[in-house]
Amino acid sequence: MYDRQVRRRRAVLLALVACCLVLLTAYFGESSGGPLKSIQTGAMEVVAPVQEGANRALKPFRDLFGWFGDTLDAKDQRDKLEAERDKLRAEVAALQSAANENAELRDMVDYARGSGLDAYAPVTARVYSRSPSTWYSTIEINKGSSDGVEVNQPVINGKGLVGKVKTVSDGNAVVMLLSDSEFGVSARAASSGQPGAILPVAGSPGDLLFDLVPEAKKVRTGDSIITAGTTSKDLPSPFPEGLLIGEVTRIDGEGELDRTIHVAPFADLRALDFVQVLTKPTADLLASATP
Amino acid sequence: MTWNAASVGRLLAIGLGGGILQLTTVSQVAIFGVPADLSPLLAAAVGLLCGSIAGASFGFGLGLFMDTLLAQTLGLTSLVLLGAGYAAGRLRELRDPAHSLVPVAVGAAATAAAAIGFAVLQFLLGVDAPVSLLLIRQILMTIVLNTLLAMPVYLACRRVLAPFLPDDPRRRRRRAYTTGGLSPLSRA
Repeated sequence: MYDRQVRRRRAVLLALVACCLVLLTAYFGESSGGPLKSIQTGAMEVVAPVQEGANRALKPFRDLFGWFGDTLDAKDQRDKLEAERDKLRAEVAALQSAANENAELRDMVDYARGSGLDAYAPVTARVYSRSPSTWYSTIEINKGSSDGVEVNQPVINGKGLVGKVKTVSDGNAVVMLLSDSEFGVSARAASSGQPGAILPVAGSPGDLLFDLVPEAKKVRTGDSIITAGTTSKDLPSPFPEGLLIGEVTRIDGEGELDRTIHVAPFADLRALDFVQVLTKPTADLLASATP
Repeated sequence: MTWNAASVGRLLAIGLGGGILQLTTVSQVAIFGVPADLSPLLAAAVGLLCGSIAGASFGFGLGLFMDTLLAQTLGLTSLVLLGAGYAAGRLRELRDPAHSLVPVAVGAAATAAAAIGFAVLQFLLGVDAPVSLLLIRQILMTIVLNTLLAMPVYLACRRVLAPFLPDDPRRRRRRAYTTGGLSPLSRA
């Protein structure tokens, strides 16, 4: 009797471990439209309404926890914001002067550009769940292929780039955040124009790396980092040019080769309620190609 | 544990409810900069209450559910949670620890094992991104948070599964004593 129990227990354990290994192997081996991924998408589609309902019902609890946290952080934030306000006042004065100059120059060169992000047909979506794992930084949104959302389209919020669409089903989509270990985007420093790539740092969601910069010495702390957009028409980037990504917070290392540039994303990736998917990220390319 | 459709239904309810609660609420509330992770706690609690086979099966199912909903690599979370549930179940079967803080210790150990196991599997599968030392801090903070949550999660699971669990002789003795029927003090 005891032997039978032991054998049964071991058989169940072995069967489950074997299942896991088979799933892992099959998942890695199949293409993006493979059966396992299709099942995954189907299951997401089925559970999404439940998740969205639960998300709305449980929002008061989240807000309650958020309120405690916010109260504790409020004093620190006030001091920081006062310092920032003083700094910004000075900057506003300088920027107003720069804006006047800019307007004049724009008129002079008749620099016709789109009015902003509207050209990229943004679709606003509600975030209803997010991954708890450090390795997979993903969120789920309530807009999918029926709203024009497709894989690899950029996702933004009011502060800057948030990530890109990872998978899509009919009524919802999974968004890979900037901090996901698989994320990467071509970028450049706004002031010096130095090109590079934004890469995540696993385990540190508030920290990104600005890597592969040819002349890293030209990048300074406080520089804004923006998407580089398309540099080759044969290989268009899914990210339009000029989307804000983050600000250089720290530069480690002295030499050109060992210099590590740390960037803090402008978007708060831990507090996303609404995002926008740019469903026509190559609209400016199409416009420029039209005679 | 008594195995029948009702007990399996309750295990499914714990898995689905816990998984959805994790995704929609718990993972969006960051305390000390990290969210708690209920999944290893649930797997460990079920293992501790129902034994190794139930713990392993529950961990496998919960992991599959989480991987599916989050479009993650299928089988990865299952493998980690399966181990956590099985180990908790074996602890109960071999030692049957009686101390009331055992669920807390097991919850912390399951979280640590799951976090470290997940990291190791990620390295084995070849993560390209550089890894920050802050990862260690995040893992430690998650363990601390989960340690605080381990007892409520265990008690909630025990409450849901109580009709299908064998009577705990320790509880029965205590209940009999507190009735006071045989106490000499009650006659005075």
